[in-house]
Amino acid sequence: MLARWYDFRDLGNGVARMAQALRDAGAPDGVVYALTALAGCLGILIFVGLTAIVNIWVERRLIGRMQVRRGPNRLGPWGLLQPVADAIKLIQKEVLTPRAADGTVFALAPILIFVPAMLAFAVLPWGEKMVLADLNVGVLYLLALGSTSAIMVFMAGYASNNKYALLGAMRVIAMLISYEIPSVLALLGVVVFAGTMQLSGIVQFQDFYWSWLIFFQPLAFLIFLLASTAELNRSPADIAEAESEIVAGYHIEYSGMKFGLFYAVELVNSMSVSAVIAALFLGGWWTFGLEEFVPGWMIFIGKLYAVYFLLIWFRGTLPRFRIDQLMALAWKGLLPLGLANVLLSALEVLIWQEYDVSAGIVLPIFAVVNFVLAGVLLVAFMRVMTRSFERLPKRARLVPDISVPLPGEPATA
Amino acid sequence: MSIKTEPMVVNIGPQHPSTHGVFRMRVTLDGERITDAEMVVGYLHRSMEKLAEERTWTQNIPFTDRMDYLAAMTGNLSYCLAVEKLAGIDVPERGQYLRVLFAELQRIASHAMANGTFVNDCGAWQTPLFYMFREREKILDLFEMVCGARLTLNYIRIGGVAFDLPDEFMPQLQALVDELPDRMDEYDSLLLDNEILLMRSRDVGIVSPELAMNASLTGPMLRGSGIAWDIRKADPYCVYDRMDFDIPVGHQGDCYDRFLVRMAEIRQSLRIIKQAMAQLPPGPFAAQVPLSLRPPAGEIYSRIESPKGELGFYLVSDGGPTPFRWHVRSPSLINLSALREMMVGQTVADAIVTLGSIDINVGEVDR
Amino acid sequence: MPATKSISGPQLAERISGAVPDAVEETADGWVQLRPQSLVDVCRYLRDDREIDGRYLNSVSGVDKFDYFEVAYHVTSLSHNHTFALKVRADHEQPEVPSVVPVWLGAHLQEREIFDLLGIRFTGHPDLKRLFLWEGFPGHPLRKDFMALPGGEHPGLQRFPKEEPGQWGGEARVD
Repeated sequence: MLARWYDFRDLGNGVARMAQALRDAGAPDGVVYALTALAGCLGILIFVGLTAIVNIWVERRLIGRMQVRRGPNRLGPWGLLQPVADAIKLIQKEVLTPRAADGTVFALAPILIFVPAMLAFAVLPWGEKMVLADLNVGVLYLLALGSTSAIMVFMAGYASNNKYALLGAMRVIAMLISYEIPSVLALLGVVVFAGTMQLSGIVQFQDFYWSWLIFFQPLAFLIFLLASTAELNRSPADIAEAESEIVAGYHIEYSGMKFGLFYAVELVNSMSVSAVIAALFLGGWWTFGLEEFVPGWMIFIGKLYAVYFLLIWFRGTLPRFRIDQLMALAWKGLLPLGLANVLLSALEVLIWQEYDVSAGIVLPIFAVVNFVLAGVLLVAFMRVMTRSFERLPKRARLVPDISVPLPGEPATA
Repeated sequence: MSIKTEPMVVNIGPQHPSTHGVFRMRVTLDGERITDAEMVVGYLHRSMEKLAEERTWTQNIPFTDRMDYLAAMTGNLSYCLAVEKLAGIDVPERGQYLRVLFAELQRIASHAMANGTFVNDCGAWQTPLFYMFREREKILDLFEMVCGARLTLNYIRIGGVAFDLPDEFMPQLQALVDELPDRMDEYDSLLLDNEILLMRSRDVGIVSPELAMNASLTGPMLRGSGIAWDIRKADPYCVYDRMDFDIPVGHQGDCYDRFLVRMAEIRQSLRIIKQAMAQLPPGPFAAQVPLSLRPPAGEIYSRIESPKGELGFYLVSDGGPTPFRWHVRSPSLINLSALREMMVGQTVADAIVTLGSIDINVGEVDR
Repeated sequence: MPATKSISGPQLAERISGAVPDAVEETADGWVQLRPQSLVDVCRYLRDDREIDGRYLNSVSGVDKFDYFEVAYHVTSLSHNHTFALKVRADHEQPEVPSVVPVWLGAHLQEREIFDLLGIRFTGHPDLKRLFLWEGFPGHPLRKDFMALPGGEHPGLQRFPKEEPGQWGGEARVD
C-alpha cells in the first residue's frame, strides 16, 4: 500500500517514492538499489552519530542521579554541551603510541572495532519499510557480528605491550566466547517460536498475534539481557576494563581520539544491542496500535532507550563479578537455562503447529506456562548457586565484653 | 607434555585507583593466581618522627592530624593521652566527654569512607561511596563548625580540647543522630545482602585467629577473625568505662566479615554518641597546661582504638621541651604484616578486594 | 570495667630468671632489660607460658640514646588482659639484635623500619631490607648524629639554608 511520501510515520515511504520515481524515469535497477541503500546508510549514520553524542550525556546524568548527585550540569543547560566538550577534549589530546607496541595492529584496532558495531544497524527494523538490509538470516548475522568484535579487543590488548592490557584482553576473550552460547540459545528460542530469523519477520509476528514476544519468552529475554551485558563489557561484567583493578584493561595504552573511538564504540554497541532486544522482545516499531499516531521509528527509539536505561541501571547499582564467577555464571547458570528455554519453546511450537490449535487459545496458555516455568527455574538456580552464602550469618556477632580464650580452651562467648 | 610457563611480575601501584594512596605491591602471577606478593612503601614518608624531635610537645599535635588524615581526631587523641600520662595532667570531665564524642564521630566518618571504598574496589562504580559520603559530609560539617577544619583538625589538645561547642552544634548533631539509623538500615539492605558483594568478598583474604594474633593485627582485622578485643573495653581511656556498647565480631576473618564489623561499629558508635550527648556535663573543657610543657623524664607507651586499629605512641622524654623519641605504633603498617599470607593463592581481583578490606591509610603507613 | 594491668618489672624478672637463667640484665619498674643473646628464648617462653601468655606483640620501638641503642618490646596478653615491656641494648658501633620474627610475625615490618631508620641489624630476620627509604640512602636518619653540626650537640635541620631577616621584603624581624 503506497502511502504518501510525507507520511513520516514510516520514513521508508519517502525512499520508496523516490525509488518508484527513479524506476519510472527508466534508471537501471542497480542505480535505484544504490541510491536507496545510500539513503538508508545516511539515516543510520546520522542516528549513530547523534546517539554517540547524546548517550554520553544520558549515561553520565543518569549515573549521577543514581549516585545521589547531579550529573554534569555546568556546560550548557542541563549539561547538554558536555559531550561536545568531551569530544573536543579527546580530539585535542596527544595520541601516544608506546615504542614497544606493535604499531600497525595498535593503530588498526580502534578503527576495526567500529566495523561490527556499525554493521549491526543494517538489519534492524526501524519501521515497516525501514530496514536497510532485510536479510532472511538476520539473527544469525547479528550473532556472528558479536563474535567478531572479540578479535578487535584482543588486538588492542595484545598490541599494547602492557601486562595490564594483556590481562584485560585474556579476560575479554574468555568472557566473550563463553557468553556467545547463552546468547545463541536465547535467540534460538525466539526464532523457534516466531518461525523466522528475519528481524522484520519477527516484528510482524508480534504484530500479527497482537502481543510482544517478551510475554512468551521471558527466560530468553533475561538470558539475552545478561549475556549482552557481558558481551558489551558493561557492569556487572566489565572485568575487561575493570577500572579499579587493572585500570582500564585492554585500552589502557590508548589516549586521545583512539581512546575516544573505544569509548564511542562501547556506546554504539550498547545501542545496537538495545535495539536488538527492543526489536525481538519488545515489538520493535509495533506497540498495540500506537504506531498509527506516533511514528514507528520514534517508538522504536523510545524502546531502545528504555532498554538502555536498564543497562545503565545495572551499571549504577551492581558490583562487579570476578572472571571465574562470570564463567561459572555463563556455563553453569545461563547455558542450562537457555537449553531449557529452547526445549520448552520447541515443545510449544510443536503442539501448536502439529495439532493446528487456534492461536487465541494456545498463546495465552503458553505465556502463562512460560512465565511460571521461568520463575521456578530462576529461583531454583539462584537457590542452588547461592547455597554457600547461608553457611554463615550475614551480620556481625555482637559481644558485650572482651573475651579472648587461651590456645586450646574453647571460646566462652 | 607440560607447557613451560613463566611467572609474570606485575606492579600494582603506586599510581592506581584502588590502592588507597601511594602504595605499591609487586605480585608474581602464574596466570591469574598470585604466587608471591611483596609490598613497597615509603612513597609518602615525611620523616615525621625525626621532625617531631625538633618541635615542642604541643607543636607535634598537627603531625598526628596528617598521619591518618582520614581519622585526625583519634590521632590527636592518642598523642594527647600519651603526653598527659607522661606529664601527669588531668583532663576535666567536659573535655573527656567531648573527646569521646568527637572520636566516635570520627570513627563513623572513617568507617563510612572505608566501606564505601571497599565496595568501590569490588566494582560498584562509586554508588555506595556517594551514598555513604552523605553521612561523612554531615560529620565533616560538624567538625568545621567546632574547629574550623574538615580534615586536619588539630582539635584535641594536651589537657582537653581546643574550643567549646558553638550553640548550633547540638541541634545539628541531633538531626544527624536521628537520621543515621534509617540510613544504616538502607545500606544494610542494599549492601549486606547483595549476592554479588557476597560472591566477591566471602572466603577471600581469610586471616585465621592465630595468624591475626601472631601478626599483631588490630582493629576490624582482629575482630573480623573472631577475636573479641577492643581497647575501649580492655583498657578504657577518657570516659569509655561509663559507656554502654558492644563489640562486633566476625565469623571467619574474610573480607566480608571485616566489612560487616565496620558496619556494625558505626551503629555502636552511634550508641556511644547518644550517651555522650546525654551525659555531657558543663564546666571547663581543658586543663591549664603550661605554655612550655616539660614532662618529667621517663617513657610511656599508650594506645587507643582508632578506626584502623590500635594507634599507640611510644614517647621518651628527657625533661626538655621537645621529645627525645617520638614513635608511632601505626596500625595501618602493622596490619600489613600478614599481607603475603593473605594474598598468596588468590587472583588479582581478589588481591585488590583484600587490600581494600585491610583499610590502610598510607599517611599512617609511611609517616 | 577492667583496665589493663601492667606486670611489674621485678615480678617479670623473677619469672624469666626461673625459666631462662642469666637472661635478665637490669630490672626497672616498668620494664625488664635482657641480654641480647637470650632475647629470642625469653620471648618464646613468655609467649608460650599459660600464665603470662604474651602472644600479642604491641610494638617494637628503637631509641638512640647517644651511647647505645635500645629496642623496646611491648607485649600484651589478650586473654589475661595484662601487658609488660622488655628492652634490649645494642652498642653504637655494630648494633646487632636477634630478631623476634620467629616468635611474633608482627615484628617483621617493625624491625625493618628500625633497621631502615636507625641502622640496627636484626640477625635472623627473614627479609631485612629498608622499608621507607631507598636502597643506597646514605646513613640512617633517626640517629642522633645524622646531620649533626661539626662538634655538634644537637641534631637537626640547621644545615638547611635559613631565611635571612628581611629576605622577602617587609620589616626585618629579629627573633
